[in-house]
Amino acid sequence: MTDLTRMTIAEARDGLTKKSFSAADLTQAYLAAMEKGRKLNAYVLETPEKALAMAAASDARIAKGEAGPLEGIPLGVKDLFCTEGVRTTACSNILGNFIPPYESTVTSHLWRDGAVMLGKLNNDEFAMGSSNETSCFPAPINPWRRQGSNAGAGPGGIDATPLVPGGSSGGSSAAVAAMLCAGATATDTGGSIRQPAALTGTVGIKPTYGRVSRWGIVAFASSLDQAGPIARDVTDAAMLLRSFAGADAKDTTCVDRPVPDYAAAVGKSIKGMTIGIPREYRIDGMPAEIQKLWDEGAQILKEAGATLVEISLPHTKYALPAYYIVAPAEASSNLARYDGVRYGLREPGKDIVDLYEKTRARGFGKEVRRRIMIGTYVLSAGYYDAYYVRAQKLRTLIKQDFEQAYAAGVDAILTPATPSAAFGIGEKGSADPVEMYLQDIFTVTVNMAGLPGIALPAGLDPQGLPLGLQLIGRAFDEETLFSVASVIEKAKGRFPVSDRWWG
Amino acid sequence: MSVDQATVRRIAHLARIAVTDEEVPHLQGELNAILAFVDQLNEVDVTHVEPMTSVTPMAMKKRQDVVTDGGIPDLIVANAPEREGHFFAVPKVVE
Repeated sequence: MTDLTRMTIAEARDGLTKKSFSAADLTQAYLAAMEKGRKLNAYVLETPEKALAMAAASDARIAKGEAGPLEGIPLGVKDLFCTEGVRTTACSNILGNFIPPYESTVTSHLWRDGAVMLGKLNNDEFAMGSSNETSCFPAPINPWRRQGSNAGAGPGGIDATPLVPGGSSGGSSAAVAAMLCAGATATDTGGSIRQPAALTGTVGIKPTYGRVSRWGIVAFASSLDQAGPIARDVTDAAMLLRSFAGADAKDTTCVDRPVPDYAAAVGKSIKGMTIGIPREYRIDGMPAEIQKLWDEGAQILKEAGATLVEISLPHTKYALPAYYIVAPAEASSNLARYDGVRYGLREPGKDIVDLYEKTRARGFGKEVRRRIMIGTYVLSAGYYDAYYVRAQKLRTLIKQDFEQAYAAGVDAILTPATPSAAFGIGEKGSADPVEMYLQDIFTVTVNMAGLPGIALPAGLDPQGLPLGLQLIGRAFDEETLFSVASVIEKAKGRFPVSDRWWG
Repeated sequence: MSVDQATVRRIAHLARIAVTDEEVPHLQGELNAILAFVDQLNEVDVTHVEPMTSVTPMAMKKRQDVVTDGGIPDLIVANAPEREGHFFAVPKVVE
């Protein structure tokens, strides 16, 4: 039999409908792949019994002709989404063995539509990071490896240095790229869907703020957080997003708007569209291969009938510093709930304050402690106006930049997704945290303005590693992103990992 | 702006995170690196700019003021590290 794990979601749905294989066959193929792929540390919890039970239920629904749009499709769930009766940790020691008695809205939508849960995926602790190295579990490894004759290269010209799969949704991107799930849930606060997708040759979309319910997802920065899928291609991402999206009475920031059939937008002509190329994204010291990738992407869209215009988003350079005020400020408030009293880790103390301080010192990792402290400082008396209010004013200006571009007729904006390809575990950020923060330089503006953004692979760097492009759209116009992304995908093809070195 | 060691200790206490004497100089360096990075924002004139309060302008959704959930004390305390019956247990707070 052909390897079922190599099928896209669309192909697997087709095979299930034709009864070429069962949902149980498909799930078993993934469970076997997960076992072989354990050295990638993509999963922090495998749930094979649950997966097989859900697959059996899918087969029963298929037999009765009641299949949902994702019926029988095995998915991985970022460990930031609460799953009823299944341990959810946010990859932090402070949540310990937390077993949610409820299901997040996003995952309940997926199960409503027939999807099967394979397990929980690794991420940076509380989604704070760009390499997935802040997880309390062993760091996930990118299935891609460097090729070439560099110093570290071993037999066959392969450099065995383990590379990061990006972050914070690094377990999701590694698992999708290694075909250890058909698709995965992810979340994006400053780039955590798009940057890991770009570093692994996968497709990730961060929807417009408010498109997807945040209920039941462990909160990091509530005005920036948004969930979305990581998938193997543009069509799969569109199919998954349709299930993610939709109104939710439990999240007052989640909009009551109809959910379009996003997959119908894939392959649509982009003739006559206007694509903006923002000059401020041409940063100093940008690697030649990133510039080349970007130019080639623009050329593809031009050949497909789009008009390219240079645009200016003048406040771009302030997005990242403003983010490092707003996000830690919101995180310091959201993470106040981890106090060792109601759930999770508890360190005994001589009084209640001592209990809080010891519990939080031991339960939170280094990066999380650092961000909580920055957030506490910028919100503290005397500094609130100088930092927090100023950052929120910058956010207004960043959003106005985009509004002006769209008002001038731009339909979508094309940029690189990341400033570099995947880097080695331990290579960045150990001396200066800001070095790691710069990974999100092209993605963070989108969160600050609440807009949708999609990252998709469009080429390889000289070492054979995937590089991604990003498309930024108007609020609630994810359909245009899927149409434009599918044009680039059609021209450049997909970027599956060919060397399955892990087993 | 930059922080001194006394400020680092004060922030840590406000954040309810215990810090050791060895950690303080290290944290001071890291926090100052981040604060130096965000200092760029002072280049921008924001005199007549409104701070963002909502990223997508929308009317706040409202729901009926009715009880929609409850009667599940077992579930509420199920994950508590220490509990007595349906109560969370903590060290004595009032003498």
